[in-house]
Amino acid sequence: MSSIIGPASFKFFGIFPAAILSFVLPIIGVGVFTYIMARRIAPLVRANPDNRFDQIGQRVKNLVVIWLGQMRQPRYMLAGVLHIMIFAGFLILSIRSTSLVIIGVSDGFVLPGLGGVLGDIYNFVKDYAATLVLVACIIAAVRRGIYKPKRYDVPEKYGHDHTAEAVFVLGIIATLMISESLYEASELAYEFQHTGVEHFLAPLSLVWIFKGMLASASQNLLQGLHIFTYFVHDLTFFFFLCFLPLGKHFHVITSIFNVFFMRVKKGNIKPVMHGVSDDRLDDLESFGVKTLEDFTWKHMLDFYSCADCGRCSDQCPANAVGRPLSPRFITIKARDLIFKNYPFSGEIYKSKLLVEDIYTEDEIWSCTTCGACEEECPLGIEYIDKMVDLRRGMVDEGMVPQSLQKPLKALEKRGNPYGKMEKKRAEWANDKEFKANWQIKDLAKDAADTLYFVDSITSYDDNIQEIARRTSIILNKAGVDFGILGKLEKDSGNEVLRFGEEMLYQDLKAQNTEAILETGVKQIVTADPHAYNALKNDYTGLPPVKHISQVVAEKIAAGELDLKPCQNPDAVYVYHDPCYLGRHNGIYEDPRQALDAIDGLTRVELEKSRDRSFCCGGGGLMLFYEPEEETRMGVLRVNMAAEAGATVIVTACPFCLVNIQDAIKVAGKEGEMEALDFTELIEQHLA
Amino acid sequence: MEILVCVKRVPDTAENEFELNSAGNDLDRDDLVYSVNEWDNYAVEEAIQIVDNVGGNVTVITVGDDESEEVLRREMAMGANDGILLSDDAFEASDGKGIATILKAEIEKGNYDLIMTGAQADEGAGQVGGMVAAMLDMPYASLVNKIEVGDGKIIVGREIEGGNQEMNEIELPCVLSIQTGINEPRYVGIRGIRKVASVDIPVKGAGDLGIDAGSVGNAGAKTRRVDYFVPDMGDGAEMLEGSTGEIIEKLIEKLKAKGGL
Repeated sequence: MSSIIGPASFKFFGIFPAAILSFVLPIIGVGVFTYIMARRIAPLVRANPDNRFDQIGQRVKNLVVIWLGQMRQPRYMLAGVLHIMIFAGFLILSIRSTSLVIIGVSDGFVLPGLGGVLGDIYNFVKDYAATLVLVACIIAAVRRGIYKPKRYDVPEKYGHDHTAEAVFVLGIIATLMISESLYEASELAYEFQHTGVEHFLAPLSLVWIFKGMLASASQNLLQGLHIFTYFVHDLTFFFFLCFLPLGKHFHVITSIFNVFFMRVKKGNIKPVMHGVSDDRLDDLESFGVKTLEDFTWKHMLDFYSCADCGRCSDQCPANAVGRPLSPRFITIKARDLIFKNYPFSGEIYKSKLLVEDIYTEDEIWSCTTCGACEEECPLGIEYIDKMVDLRRGMVDEGMVPQSLQKPLKALEKRGNPYGKMEKKRAEWANDKEFKANWQIKDLAKDAADTLYFVDSITSYDDNIQEIARRTSIILNKAGVDFGILGKLEKDSGNEVLRFGEEMLYQDLKAQNTEAILETGVKQIVTADPHAYNALKNDYTGLPPVKHISQVVAEKIAAGELDLKPCQNPDAVYVYHDPCYLGRHNGIYEDPRQALDAIDGLTRVELEKSRDRSFCCGGGGLMLFYEPEEETRMGVLRVNMAAEAGATVIVTACPFCLVNIQDAIKVAGKEGEMEALDFTELIEQHLA
Repeated sequence: MEILVCVKRVPDTAENEFELNSAGNDLDRDDLVYSVNEWDNYAVEEAIQIVDNVGGNVTVITVGDDESEEVLRREMAMGANDGILLSDDAFEASDGKGIATILKAEIEKGNYDLIMTGAQADEGAGQVGGMVAAMLDMPYASLVNKIEVGDGKIIVGREIEGGNQEMNEIELPCVLSIQTGINEPRYVGIRGIRKVASVDIPVKGAGDLGIDAGSVGNAGAKTRRVDYFVPDMGDGAEMLEGSTGEIIEKLIEKLKAKGGL
């Protein structure tokens, strides 16, 4: 016997060719896998349409950065690095696993191109890859099995714990790594005993260690081990392949597609039905998501792709304050339902109304659409559009809490959620002291370059009207020729759309669009990020829209707006990123630059800032909703600011201001801390 | 079960600021927005829920002008099957008895097991339901906050002073006036209203109903409004003025000054 017998030539008990087994195993494995996948694709075929083949460039970029580059992983350092190790290892070892399957029927098979130096380099790299994957698996298993980070907990109402599945899969991966390395080590040890030829092996890699251990093993043992580990690997490999689509490890297969098809535009909301234009909405028989198949195929793919990592819920402000919402379980409950309704054999079950079956109404109303979950998800899973679609379905069924019915009706009748008279929309400009110094143009009568879109809360809330006055003064001093729509302005409808009242939103949008275009303005400015978002991302055909912080930052940079030194140099300022300015529209720097342009202003950063900002409690209609919760989001936010050492929380959103001002009182920090709108701070410092 | 719910179009209290007109005999109605009377909305929701459970039909009816059709459509968008608009120049300025007379004439033409009204409407008289019941010689329960449907009769709950609850058995057909809070009325969106926009709503006048025009409207009214005004401030009353913040501050000052805080 000159060299070890490979699985393609080995005969069990000297008669039964192992090649038969290594030929049949892949056929069964691939066959079963294909069947499972066909069943898994069935619901996607019956789902609603979704146009995800646009903006290919951006999609490829996402694929490179988020999928291949794993750039979102290190946001959770330990878990992220472990994942990167396993992910990279899988990519590298996929080549090895493929060749191993063929080696089962053809001894010494080498993939084309891997015969020479490239093959040696590959072997060197893959030996370390396997080693690192094993190390990562061990650390991950200890972490999941013993330390059990809190974000993996499954509250009782959401079903059983997922730790066993996670550890089981880590075990499978470890088995693959160990068997592959033993398979190779046994061959190399055998060969060394025979020929004395020493192959160069990556030092301290698994193969290197195993080979050392097997150096003096008997040839019989080595031969047996070689064949045994081959089939352990083969069997485990195909078992794993078929196991993937059964649970959270489906992401190993779906992630590449899910990231490619993920949301590429921010701040917008999906249409009620892809392919149905706004003016044909009346033709639709039903609105939104009511049953499982009302989701789009991409949203179903999201459910399949969830890796159960819990990052969405860990970042979710609704979850943090104990509202009955955890985005992770929005996905998991839907996935469980797909698995139940689409069994591997037999009939497909009909889905019931989701908000009565797997979700609750409060769960769906609890979302502030802050977008923290989507920003975090390493797989590009979406939540906002799903929430809005589920709400559209509830609105269509009349399932709207009483607390929201009143403001919605007021919006329908009066164009604002407070039910105030249209003619009082510009009343903020009639403040005696203000009126004595400043005149605000009504664009229905006078022309101007710029429209200041005030929106409802700033127009009608006694306390928030101050933002309108300060914004006007800033625009004046910055030399912007502007006016307002007055009673022709309606609520921007940012939350009307996001709370699922599509037709009311369409109505508001049409009225505002007509009124704005009528004025002939060249640009729109607003101090309300929710209005900013709606006008910029939801409306179409309007002139460019700017948030006041962008105007201020520009004017300071251009030397057209001078600021005095800080009036309150002892205070410590912190800037809170409003969701609809930051995460949804990427405006992080302008407000900070403006603050930093004030000489002597001390500014600290919150740990959760920029794209990880923590929602203050939500705006628009969310102010009317009465959620079940243990504490307020604003209170948590105020405590975070206190921890950062801040005494003044500056925000750039009227809703943030309301929520944070209230929260300071609830948190008992009145007198210690203060909330200030960006416009107020800037206006105070205008030279 | 055949259910008829009487509804009324009223100025919406949540979305209006009420002021007297210059003549001083009514509200200034120029800038008002209208909707269905809140109590009636609860009655319609209750009717729909009953029909959902035991089957049948819900008809909504109103006495009013052309614009009153919008409240019928809103209630039909909610789930009522049919609407009837009773409209005639002769009906204008009817008093409570006049309205009840008009409703009675139409109700007699149908075959209703249950007739519901809101406990009261914008003018707060709360009289039409009782009068309709008397004119039809049907049993009547007012301020109903719970309904259990049985065979040929129903059990209705009424909230009694002090938070007690009373349950009464009442034979069908009967008339009930419904209290708010009996249920949580479903939401009606613009889309729902559009869906029923083209449904035919019959309009019936005095002639169709066989009513003598002199028995209703201004001619038939036995009660007449003679004055309408904001009462003078009584002794010890004081109106705080200013923005909400200022009003609250003043109130706190006053409470502190009088030892209330």
